Amino acid sequence: MSAGALASRFTALRQARRRALVCYVTAGFPDAAATVTLVQGLAAAGADVIELGIPFSDPLADGPVIQGSSQRALDNGMTYEGALALIGRARVDVPIILFTYLNPLLAAGPDALRRAVDAGAAGVLVTDLPVGADPPREEWLGSSGLAFVRLVAPTTPPARMAEIARHGSGFVYLISRLGVTGERADLPPELPLTVQRLRSATDLPVCVGFGIARRDQATAVGRLADGIVVGSALVAAAGRSIDGAIDLARELRRGLDAAGGELPGAGAPTRAAGEASRATPPA
Amino acid sequence: MSTLATHDRFGIFGGRYVPETLIPALEALDQALTQALADPAFRSEIDDLLGTYVGRPSPLSTAPRLSALAGAPVYLKREDLNHTGAHKINNTVGQAVLARRMGKRRIIAETGAGQHGVATATICARFGLQCVVYMGTEDMRRQELNVYRMRLMGATVTPVDSGTRTLKDATTEAIRDWVTNVNDSHYIIGSVVGPAPYPRMVREFQSVIGREARRQILERAGRLPHTVVACVGGGSNAIGIFSGFVDDRAVELIGVEAGGEGLDTDRHAASLTRGTPGVLHGSLSYLLQDAAGQVHPAHSISAGLDYPGVGPEHAYLKDSGRATYVAVSDAEALAAFELLSRSEGIIPALETAHAVAWVAAQAGRWQADQPVLLCVSGRGDKDVGQVSALGLGAGEAAGGVGRAGAAGAAPVGETSRR
Repeated sequence: MSAGALASRFTALRQARRRALVCYVTAGFPDAAATVTLVQGLAAAGADVIELGIPFSDPLADGPVIQGSSQRALDNGMTYEGALALIGRARVDVPIILFTYLNPLLAAGPDALRRAVDAGAAGVLVTDLPVGADPPREEWLGSSGLAFVRLVAPTTPPARMAEIARHGSGFVYLISRLGVTGERADLPPELPLTVQRLRSATDLPVCVGFGIARRDQATAVGRLADGIVVGSALVAAAGRSIDGAIDLARELRRGLDAAGGELPGAGAPTRAAGEASRATPPA
Repeated sequence: MSTLATHDRFGIFGGRYVPETLIPALEALDQALTQALADPAFRSEIDDLLGTYVGRPSPLSTAPRLSALAGAPVYLKREDLNHTGAHKINNTVGQAVLARRMGKRRIIAETGAGQHGVATATICARFGLQCVVYMGTEDMRRQELNVYRMRLMGATVTPVDSGTRTLKDATTEAIRDWVTNVNDSHYIIGSVVGPAPYPRMVREFQSVIGREARRQILERAGRLPHTVVACVGGGSNAIGIFSGFVDDRAVELIGVEAGGEGLDTDRHAASLTRGTPGVLHGSLSYLLQDAAGQVHPAHSISAGLDYPGVGPEHAYLKDSGRATYVAVSDAEALAAFELLSRSEGIIPALETAHAVAWVAAQAGRWQADQPVLLCVSGRGDKDVGQVSALGLGAGEAAGGVGRAGAAGAAPVGETSRR
């Protein structure tokens, strides 16, 4: 699986007028075997994309839940290589993207991304590598054969939104609010406007994350965007029981399905596929 | 596209490796800094505060007994005599004036030894700004007095109980706060670390040390120093004093890192001496890390040096060969803490004591006419409780005879007097 898998998934989703459920799991939390069970269960519960978190000792964009899961995973001996191995063990028909900080990825060496492609990863997202921060390394990621998912923040000005989308593929991850990852009671009131601004900047699918934990939130965001990303709520649930986390995913799926139908302002689905083919690995 | 200008890298080091949310704030900060530095009113406001509030210029002292030990005239740049007792206030004054120009009313800071936290709380009190300081619980234990000082001046000290509960984790937590409150808050980083433009900005505000020291030593010694020595944790006092001499190619620059329990143990904080390039807290620099890129906990007896990273400009100065970095152990630093107290009547911060230890151990390295400039980055009052709890530092006090202390440096005897 590679960049193409993510693009075809979103093309199919748009044709089916189905919103994407993107589920984050920390590789190695609560342990490696449970991660495999969880990924399989999430796929069966209706996840469309899985974000597999590479644990890092200093996750500065994450709130307490993902911090705790990362530390636990590291204590369990999880590594970049170990996380790649989980993809093969899970064998799910859902694109898996690596969610990582830059340092563990750099430490994995110059062929880290090729090994990820070989392991079956479809994409990569690097939390602390914003557009323009390091062009050579961004080029390395953009030409790896993996979809390179970029993030847009509530603080991102419109011109920069377009630039971010131009340098990314697969989908755009819209951070719904200021701050670190974690569950919140309410959706930010300015979210519809932010999604609208991002829509006018790109045809790539837009998935919204940070703070989404409940079925009603899933429905509300599903009316605005191509999908939702759920992280901390799932990780917290998985810390209690794997079945509980899978139940939550099912619940969120129902919430998203209640929001189905035509998406306001969404571009043609062909763009996503086009972006992905540009990222085809060199022979 | 908004690629970073080359002035935001030091060779390959530095950069802006942060979550997207912070990018507009860093760009705004960069612009505000550029505009401010071009504005004479900004410079004169800072100069006025440094003169009338901080007490600058800080003196350059001779150190007769340490000089005898080193075999060369040692001059001490007395940052310990600044208001709040360390060089940290040079930076917090500059950044607070800038934050006020930018309309930010809430200030965030991290602190290790507490000196930067105190310096931030101080200027916030002076300006009436809200101040939140993140501090590891291990450091709060080691530096209780500074916690009290910050709270006395109205700052909120927020304990950080994650990771190693020291400066690294306090910095991570401060960045998380900034990501959350970026619209109304300015983050005053305490060292030449973090994403661009922080390393360059903090150097700018600390360069007053080097400017003054260069003028003072030319007046006093009639020549440039042979060697400039400073301790390096994140590296801001070192960058500050080095900046005055970096273009004088003949002047040797020595940064002294914390060797902890030894460079061959895993308990030290010598990022430049033993680390490898990696990304932490927004910049690429030397870093203590394992083969998987996980940050390795640092250790130093000195809370201010207890950090696994180092400013990117130091990484560049190391790789380019312009500066040399060495390490001094906990035990050697403790001995030097006592040495400077007894031989010169100056109780240095444990951070500074690392630089003192290196100089004291270099007998024979210099000729009698080669001046050595040592940056006394801070005073050691904050460390007295910690050192006395170790049962060190006050031995033979009744007899009034100098002794070397725990280990390392040679004793200071009658022969060293001039």
